[in-house]
Amino acid sequence: MDRVLKILFFALIVRPIVFVVLGLNVRGKQNLPQKGPAMIAANHNSHLDTMVLMSLYPLSKLHQVRPVAAADYFFKNRFLSWFALKCIGIIPINRTGRQRKSELFAGCHSALDNSEILILFPEGSRGNPEEMGEIKRGIYHIVHDRTDTRVTPVMLHGLGRALPRGEALLVPFNCDVIIGNQLPEAETAEKLVNAIQDSFLELQKYCITRSQA
Amino acid sequence: MLDIPKHSLYAMLVVLGLLLIATICRLLLSRIKPEKDYTELRQRIQSWWWMIGVLFVCLVVSPTTAIILFAFISFLALKEFFSIVPTRQADRRVLFWAYLSIPIQYYLVSIGWYGMFIIFIPVYIFLLLPMRMVLIGETKGFIHSAGVIHWAVMLTVFCLSHIAYLLVLSVKNPEAGSIGLVIFLLFMTQFNDVSQFIWGKLLGKHKIIPKVSPNKTWEGFFGGVLTIGIVSGFVGPFLTPMTFQLSLIAGLIISISGFIGDVVISSIKRDLEIKDSGSLIPGHGGILDRCDSLIFTAPLFFHFLYYMNY
Repeated sequence: MDRVLKILFFALIVRPIVFVVLGLNVRGKQNLPQKGPAMIAANHNSHLDTMVLMSLYPLSKLHQVRPVAAADYFFKNRFLSWFALKCIGIIPINRTGRQRKSELFAGCHSALDNSEILILFPEGSRGNPEEMGEIKRGIYHIVHDRTDTRVTPVMLHGLGRALPRGEALLVPFNCDVIIGNQLPEAETAEKLVNAIQDSFLELQKYCITRSQA
Repeated sequence: MLDIPKHSLYAMLVVLGLLLIATICRLLLSRIKPEKDYTELRQRIQSWWWMIGVLFVCLVVSPTTAIILFAFISFLALKEFFSIVPTRQADRRVLFWAYLSIPIQYYLVSIGWYGMFIIFIPVYIFLLLPMRMVLIGETKGFIHSAGVIHWAVMLTVFCLSHIAYLLVLSVKNPEAGSIGLVIFLLFMTQFNDVSQFIWGKLLGKHKIIPKVSPNKTWEGFFGGVLTIGIVSGFVGPFLTPMTFQLSLIAGLIISISGFIGDVVISSIKRDLEIKDSGSLIPGHGGILDRCDSLIFTAPLFFHFLYYMNY
């Protein structure tokens, strides 16, 4: 039942918005992980980021794609939490920092054990439109003791113009989605963060909606 | 049965025939030289089938359907323009108003209110957009933004909507109907791109504007102008109310302005240091890459026709 709801939501609402109102310039589609366990790390500027990344997958695979999202934001009220869990299927994560790491990422691990594909925004929050925030180390704590999960970096551009943080009016724009090569295993959190940072900067060069000047 | 004017039906069949020949040539090529990669050529031809298919179906169903199609093309083109050209974050709401000009402009087309159709964007939108920008109150980069936004609306909405207006003109060549005018304009514009390209490949030596478009040569340009002039002269009386002489002049207008449209959009892309304006149409690039010549040929052909015949 949940799966049907999710498919209907994406087929009738999300996909028309993503492919008609917006419009994607996708590069490196062959790099997109096709089966789990896998981790997609993307930059974050808009609520649309999750919708765009999930729309890259066929409807039949949608239930295996799980965005990791902030519990404090999405569980603010009953409607939003119903929507986040049923229509999108988020894995909630607690940003308050009071939990132990093993508990904090338990949801992520069980999803990866289930061969699901996780979407994570390592900047932690959407930040200012089209600006890159600092990359947090949380992602390392999820993947470092798993030999089966590698990180695929994805650079998004233009969505912060279409629907930035704090705005309700969606303005149509084409958006770039540049999917990079899987990153090699990193020994330390520092190295992983740097590797992600570097690949974001590299992938940025392929954006056509981003003025290179 | 759907009622397609005879000449327009023939023209459509000819176009589909040409496309079929192109497909067969492509298949033969890949049979003769299997080691070469024909992916782009394949995508290109496949996209042509889609574009022409959608266009013909919309034209045949009803003028309203075709007008909606052109409105949608304007939307895609305007969106692509705003996406590649840097605009200020503060202008989001202004851009939203710019998008709203599309349904209004095409509504004016559909009711055939010529007077309003022709001034709505150059007068009302032109004055409204800066007004909306003032209300936002961000003055840094104001001039640049006002210019870019209005230019974008003029090119992608005002200019392109002239194609749609051909459909509501009174029919003066009943054998071809109003569809004939649209097919004539679109076919001549695209055929011009092809023939300038082929003449350039065959004879091209002297570059016209090497900085913008290194492949454009005087030989290609004149070859194209001559070819299109002559072909138009013969096709025009068949698909439009114009005589041989007028059709020939229309062909020259289409050929010359098509060239200009092409290099103007190229200059925009050069300025932004991008190759394609988008990736909507496989093998072609974005919608602006495909509509570049049309943006210039549509209004110029329209007004020539309108002045001479209406």
